[in-house]
Amino acid sequence: MAKDFGYTISCDRQIDFDKLSRSMYLEVKKAEPSVDACISCGTCAATCTAGQFTDFSLRKFILLLRRGDSLSVIQSIDKCMLCGKCQLVCPMGVNTRGLIYSIQVISRRIECRNRRVVNKM
Amino acid sequence: MYQFDWFVLPFAVGLIYLMIALFVTYARWIKNLPENERKKVRSGLFSIKSIFAVKEVFLESLLHRKVFKVNPLLGYMHMSLAFGWFLLILFGNWECRIFYHGHLSPPYIPIFFRYFNPHPETFVYERFFALLMDITLLVVLSGVLLAWTKRMYSRFFGMKKTTVLKPGDKLALTALWVIFPFRFLAESFTSANFGGGHFLTGSAGTFFANFLPTQYLAYPAWWAYSFALGLFFVSLPYSRYMHIPTEIVLIFLRNYGVSEKKKFSTFTKVEINSCSRCGVCIDQCQLTNADIKDVQSVYFVQSVRNNNVNSEKSLNCLMCGRCDAICPVGIDIASIRQASRYHQSIQKENSFSYINDLGVKMADVIFFAGCMTHLQPTILKSMVTLLKASGECYWFMDEVSGICCGRPMMLAGKEAQARELIAKNKAMIVASGAKTFVTSCPICYKVFNEEYDLGIEVLHHSEYLLRLVEDGKIELTSQHQKAVYHDPCELGRGSGIYNQPRELLAYSLKLQSVSQEARQGLCCGGSLANIKINNTDRKKITYEAINLLTENNPDLLVTGCPLCKKAFAQLSPIPVLDISEVVSMSLVQKKYYVEMDEGYQSAKHVESFAEIQA
Repeated sequence: MAKDFGYTISCDRQIDFDKLSRSMYLEVKKAEPSVDACISCGTCAATCTAGQFTDFSLRKFILLLRRGDSLSVIQSIDKCMLCGKCQLVCPMGVNTRGLIYSIQVISRRIECRNRRVVNKM
Repeated sequence: MYQFDWFVLPFAVGLIYLMIALFVTYARWIKNLPENERKKVRSGLFSIKSIFAVKEVFLESLLHRKVFKVNPLLGYMHMSLAFGWFLLILFGNWECRIFYHGHLSPPYIPIFFRYFNPHPETFVYERFFALLMDITLLVVLSGVLLAWTKRMYSRFFGMKKTTVLKPGDKLALTALWVIFPFRFLAESFTSANFGGGHFLTGSAGTFFANFLPTQYLAYPAWWAYSFALGLFFVSLPYSRYMHIPTEIVLIFLRNYGVSEKKKFSTFTKVEINSCSRCGVCIDQCQLTNADIKDVQSVYFVQSVRNNNVNSEKSLNCLMCGRCDAICPVGIDIASIRQASRYHQSIQKENSFSYINDLGVKMADVIFFAGCMTHLQPTILKSMVTLLKASGECYWFMDEVSGICCGRPMMLAGKEAQARELIAKNKAMIVASGAKTFVTSCPICYKVFNEEYDLGIEVLHHSEYLLRLVEDGKIELTSQHQKAVYHDPCELGRGSGIYNQPRELLAYSLKLQSVSQEARQGLCCGGSLANIKINNTDRKKITYEAINLLTENNPDLLVTGCPLCKKAFAQLSPIPVLDISEVVSMSLVQKKYYVEMDEGYQSAKHVESFAEIQA
C-alpha cells in the first residue's frame, strides 16, 4: 500500500475497435434469439455445475459477447457440460443450452476462419 | 412358343429394370456391412432366425399387423394393397401352372392372362379362378379407393395430417393408383368382347358394353395397364415405394441381430429406405402441439435419405421415442437421429481438464442425484430420509460437488466430451467399492446403465425403493389418494422400466390409468434432448400432457423424473410429486430414523397427504 502511495494504475479503458466486434453476438442472436431476453441476473452462473470448479459463467459470456469481446468466450465456452440447470432456473426463459450449443458452433467457425487468414499470411 | 403381344413390353422392361436396380443396391449395402455384422448375418442365415424373419415378413410386410393395431382403416388399406396384390400374383401363377399343365411361363403371362386367354372353354377351373381373381381384385380396388380418400381427406382415417410428397413419389403414387383400375377396365372390356370374368369384371363388362365401344377400348386398356405397371416399377427405386422390398431386407437383418450404431452405417441406409412415410409418427409427435410441423420423424428420415439433414431437423426433437414406439416398420428413429447429431457436432477432447479430485467415500450403496434432482430439493430430502431409514451404508456421491453424468452431452451428439465426463464419474464409482448404484434421475440412469459399463447393479430409485419395501427395510402405510403415474421417457421407452414404479406406488396410493401411458406415454415437454425449442413451445407441450394425464381427475400426479416434475409443477392444477416423495410421506418411521434438518422448504409443494385432501 505504502509502496505505490495508495494509487494503482488502472488498465486502459478506451475501446479498441480493432479487437472488439459485436459481429459474433449478432451471429449468436440469429441462431438463438432468446439470448436477447437475458437481464444478466446471474442465476445461471450461480447454479452452474461447471461454475463450481472453474470460472465458467454464462452471464459473463453474454456480457462479453454484447461488449464485443468474443475471444474470451471462444476460449472457455467448451467447459460447459450442457447439464441444463441454467435453463431451468433462468427467470427470462432463455434457451441457454441452445445458446451455448450455438456459441460453440459459431466459435468453431470463427476459429477456422481465423486459421485460414493466418495460413494465407 | 408362348403367346406374346407388344403391349407387354413396358411391363417387362420395367420389371427387368427394377430387378437390376434392387440387386445392385442391396449387393452394395450388404458388401458395406462391417465384418462382425456380416458374420452375424452368415451365422443367422441357416438358423431358426430366418424362420422368424419369414414369419415377420408375412405378418408385417403383407398383412401389416402393426398398422392394423394403430389404425384399423389404415391397416386395411395397406393390407388390401399389399396382401391383395400378392394374392393376385399368387393365384395368377397358380392358374397359369394348371392351364399350361405345369410348364413355366414368362412372368407377363400370369399378369395378362385374361388378354391371352379371355374365356378358355376347355379349361375346367375357369369359373373358379375367375371368381377368385374377381374377389381379390375387388379387395385391391377397395384399398386403392381408400388410398385416394386418404390423400384427399386424411381426417377420414382419424389422421390429422398425411405426409407431403416429393416428385418421384408423386409419379410412383399416380402409377400405383391407376394400375388396378386399368386392370379392372382391361379385364371388363375383354370380358364384354369375349365372355369370361365373374361377378365383378363380367358384370362390369356387360354394363360397359351398353354404352361403350368395348371392342376398340380393350386393347388400349391393356396397354395402359402394362404401361402403369412399367412406370411404377421404374420409379419405385426413386420413391417411397422402395420401402416395399427394403422392409423385407430390414426384417431379415434385424432378426440376425444387426442394429444401429453411434454413427451412420449401412444399416441406417436400410432403415431409412424402409420408411413407407405412412405418417403415423406425425400425429404421435407432441411437437405438433406447439405448431412445429416440419421436423417429425417421417420428414427427418426423408432428409437423411436425401442427404440434406439440417440442424433444425436433427436437433429440434424431444427424443421421447413416441415415434419409435408406434412406427409400424419398427425403425430405430431415435438412434438415427442421435447418429445425425453425432455427425453434426464438434468432438473435442480434454474439455474438462479443470475437474480433478472430487473425493471418494467407501460405501455399499451410491446415491447419485444428478443435476436435475439438485434443482428439486424435496426429492433430495426424501431420498436422504429414505436412505437413512433403510439403514444402508450409503454415499451421496454428488452431494457437494458432483459433475454431470454425460447424458446431455451425448444427446447433443458430443460423444468425446461425454466420454470424458463418464470416465471421471466411473473412476469415483469404482474407487468407492460400492455394489449398488442408485440414481433418482432417469436421464442419468440411462447413461449409467448403458454407457458406463460399471460391473455393478445400476438402479433407478423406484427400483431401489421397491426392493427396500419388499425386503422389509422400510415399511409403508396405505393412503387413499388417487394418483396418476407419468412415465418419464428416458425411464419408460428409454430403459424399459414401466412396472417397478407402479408396483411401488401401489403400496401407498390408488393408481389410475390414463389413455396414453407406458409405451405410449407422453413427454413432459422439458426434455433435455431438444436444444432448439423455446420455452413457450415447451409449455404448450406440457399443458397438453397435463390435460391428458388429469383426464380422470386424480388427486396427485406422480412421476419418477425431477425434470418431468419441474415441467409439470409449473402448470399443473394438482400437486406433482416424485416417487421418492410419495414413499417418504407414507413411511412408517422406525427407531433408527434420523430427523432431517429442515433446510429445505418449498411453498409450492405439499408436505403431507393431509394437505392434499384439504
